[in-house]
Amino acid sequence: MKILILGAGQVGSSAAYHLSREEANEVTVVDVRPDVLRELQDRLDIRTVVGHAAYPEVLERAGANDADIVVALTDSDETNMVACQVAYTAFRTPTKIARIRSADYMNADKLFTQDAIPIDVRISPEQLVCSYIEQLILYPGASQVLDFADGRVRLVGAKADRDGLLVGQRIATLKDHIPNSEGRIAAVYREGQAMLPKGDTVIQEGDEVFFIADRKDIRVFISEMRRLEDPVRRVVIAGGGNIGVRLALALEQTNQVKLIERDPQRARQISEQLNKAIVLVGDAADEELLLEENIDNVDVFCGLTNSEEANILSSMLAKRLGASKVMALINRASYVDLVESGSIDIAISPQQITIGSLLSHVRRGDVVKVHSLRRGAAEAMEAIAHGDKDSSKVVGRRIEEIELPKGTAIVTIVRGEQTIIAHHDTVIESDDHVIMFMTDRRKIEHLESLFQVGVSFV
Amino acid sequence: MNWSSVQRILGLLLMMFSLTMLPPIVFSLYFDDQSWLPFVEGFALTLAAGTLIWLPVHRVRKELRLRDGFVVVAAFWTVLGTFGAAPLYLAQDVLTLSFTDAVFESMSGLTTTGATVITGLDDLPASILYYRQQLQWLGGMGIIVLAVAVLPMLGVGGMQLYRAEAPGPVKDTKLTPRITETAKALWYVYLAFTIACMVSYRLAGMGWFDALCHAFSTVAIGGFSPHDASMGYYDSAAIDIVAIVFMFVAGVNFSLHFFAWRYVSIKHYLKDPEFRAYAFILCNLSIIVIATLFYFRGFESPDQTIIGGLFQAVSIATTTGFTTENFAVWPAALPVLLILASFIGGSAGSTAGGIKVVRCLLIYKQGVREVARLVHPSAEIPVKLGNTAVQPRVVDAVWGFFSVYIVVFGIMLVAMMSTGLDQVTAFSAVAATLNNLGPGLGGVASGFMSVSDPAKWIAIAGMLLGRLEIFTLLVLITPTFWRH
Repeated sequence: MKILILGAGQVGSSAAYHLSREEANEVTVVDVRPDVLRELQDRLDIRTVVGHAAYPEVLERAGANDADIVVALTDSDETNMVACQVAYTAFRTPTKIARIRSADYMNADKLFTQDAIPIDVRISPEQLVCSYIEQLILYPGASQVLDFADGRVRLVGAKADRDGLLVGQRIATLKDHIPNSEGRIAAVYREGQAMLPKGDTVIQEGDEVFFIADRKDIRVFISEMRRLEDPVRRVVIAGGGNIGVRLALALEQTNQVKLIERDPQRARQISEQLNKAIVLVGDAADEELLLEENIDNVDVFCGLTNSEEANILSSMLAKRLGASKVMALINRASYVDLVESGSIDIAISPQQITIGSLLSHVRRGDVVKVHSLRRGAAEAMEAIAHGDKDSSKVVGRRIEEIELPKGTAIVTIVRGEQTIIAHHDTVIESDDHVIMFMTDRRKIEHLESLFQVGVSFV
Repeated sequence: MNWSSVQRILGLLLMMFSLTMLPPIVFSLYFDDQSWLPFVEGFALTLAAGTLIWLPVHRVRKELRLRDGFVVVAAFWTVLGTFGAAPLYLAQDVLTLSFTDAVFESMSGLTTTGATVITGLDDLPASILYYRQQLQWLGGMGIIVLAVAVLPMLGVGGMQLYRAEAPGPVKDTKLTPRITETAKALWYVYLAFTIACMVSYRLAGMGWFDALCHAFSTVAIGGFSPHDASMGYYDSAAIDIVAIVFMFVAGVNFSLHFFAWRYVSIKHYLKDPEFRAYAFILCNLSIIVIATLFYFRGFESPDQTIIGGLFQAVSIATTTGFTTENFAVWPAALPVLLILASFIGGSAGSTAGGIKVVRCLLIYKQGVREVARLVHPSAEIPVKLGNTAVQPRVVDAVWGFFSVYIVVFGIMLVAMMSTGLDQVTAFSAVAATLNNLGPGLGGVASGFMSVSDPAKWIAIAGMLLGRLEIFTLLVLITPTFWRH
């Protein structure tokens, strides 16, 4: 697939990295900064074009004429919108994805029609990150919560500790523990290695367990892995940027929220936007300020400023001063590894969150959702099966008959309103949402081809 | 430095190279020339060596870094010259080459120089003649570019290798987003020209075997021929014209050919400043050569003078090195003029040698800028190619390359002369090897048979430096490269 990425910022670079790693993709990146592009081209097998991302001449040079997808990820909403418009009008690009940061644009659905601004998919990293954090706060104990089938089914990661009911036992005993709930363990990460669990796999302390469960059963499942924490009440957010304010708005009705912002003017502006949350002016790494605001009673501290170093340090400080759980927004992948083993409970990587929603639009076959896990090492994917027994490689077949690549498992099937836990003899029907988990991303093409309908079907 | 992946790729490349010794065996059996044994031995030797290098590290999966690329390319070309010499050295019953001579011949082939140490080519077995031509053909577009095209596991590392081998000042321009696709596209274009050239030679009157052999060395801008008299053997205007056309075409940047083929138009050629300069230089050079020949020879056989002059001008200026006449004895300044023209060479991204037209063009434009600055001291004058300003970094790199080229030339000239060669011979021998040209003047006008072994080794080094554009080899001997 020929992919045009506009903008080589953090999200653009990481999209280029993920997409160019898959052999079938040909990636071209456009940016105005030649030095950034040169550095990117040294690392990745891509083509780069220097120029303004919305200019027709630049897009033509970048091969927009036969591009399958344009992904506009520059830091200006307007540039992204115009670029998609140009791609649609001048080059007839089939799929146009744009990053839209401003909530105003984001909510104006009427704008984004084919005869106005032809953007097929709008991605707002801020919004994605915000709802991701919201989920984590909703399910304390989870290290990752990802939606499938419009949120009916969720993939949850949780670190097993000594108090989990299932820890030290075989997975097969899960049914005896919680007989009535629908769910299944999809994968277990032990010492950085992925395992697709079998019935006799024993969960150990320190394992990171990924399970898929119906929305209502998630808390029960988490309690199998670790001691169930109390629901979060007190939240402190450091950083009044887009993400911080969005999160405060989302949480202020149900939780006690305090937001720390350094710039007095910005703080004033935010305080006008928020209703119940308290806006504090000051430095998030100021020990006095944190103590004064009873940091030792806080359930969750989120470091969400623009500077990842500041996030890491203020979160560590908050943890030492007694916050029960701290999260930090970290872009750089190498930092994530550094801090997750230490005193920061959850590192939030905006790139990884954004890339997942991007990937789902790049996949062939009818792929609804893709979540990138463990820094892109694993992927969870939701695809819709179409066709019949003759035209499809999955429909009308029992799961054991499907030729899945190694390291891949079909975990759950959502059929209409019903959630079905996949067994070896489950038969897949047309229009089923099939949720899969793969530990080896190189096999993705094979998996995609399974969900492509044969020629005879059209 | 990532030694194990360097070693793995080196082994892989050598195993791949061993396969190129199989076609000569086929030719040997077809023509029944009884010399298939050296190729079987060469094949076995190269394959065994490649396997031995590859086997201990075949599980290593690490991405190549920039530095590793230089080491792989430099090491591979050195090793290749040696293993490529194996069949020539092993064919003692028909060739009797010393080890030095065999390496010289193989390196001269791979670097598309085209200087030879063999006399009596016309009596050699077909398989050996074919093998020499094939070496040139593989070296022309670059055997590493071929490897990048056919070995998908190189991944990003492919770019590092490609950059270390591809000629020209700007090496980041890809034709397609994927480096393997770029390499494939280049080889397809190359292959298409080779076939077209072969058919044209056949139609112009060559036999199929000679047509294939000459097509290999023409499109590669090599200059090897299965005849001692080179192109002069045929004494045919039609063949000369075919050769002129394809030498000219092969000296053009292959990405232009690629775009012409993809968009089915020739406007990319006409818009490209390097192509225009290249055509301009060749036109003027041909006119000077032909006019001088007319002045000294009179107007007795004008068609022969025109075609002969044109042929020699294109052949030498593109660094091919085919000859129809001994141009070393041509009148006035022509011999030296032609040798100097070979310094400019062909376009970047072509199979030609020399400094490359685009670099010379940039240097010339810098000169023009200095003049303009004297007249308008406060003007801001960028160096432009066509309508785009050239990055100062590229201009710096061109100057760096130019000065190093001159210094290397000087050092090699002194070294050549200290082996006992006279000044004209030494000068032209260095030019012939460093520019990947082939024939020189004086004692090396028809080949390097008469020079001493040390001079041959200097020539071998010169050919390699010229083909890899000096820096790829030069970085390996700098302390900065090895400092951790």
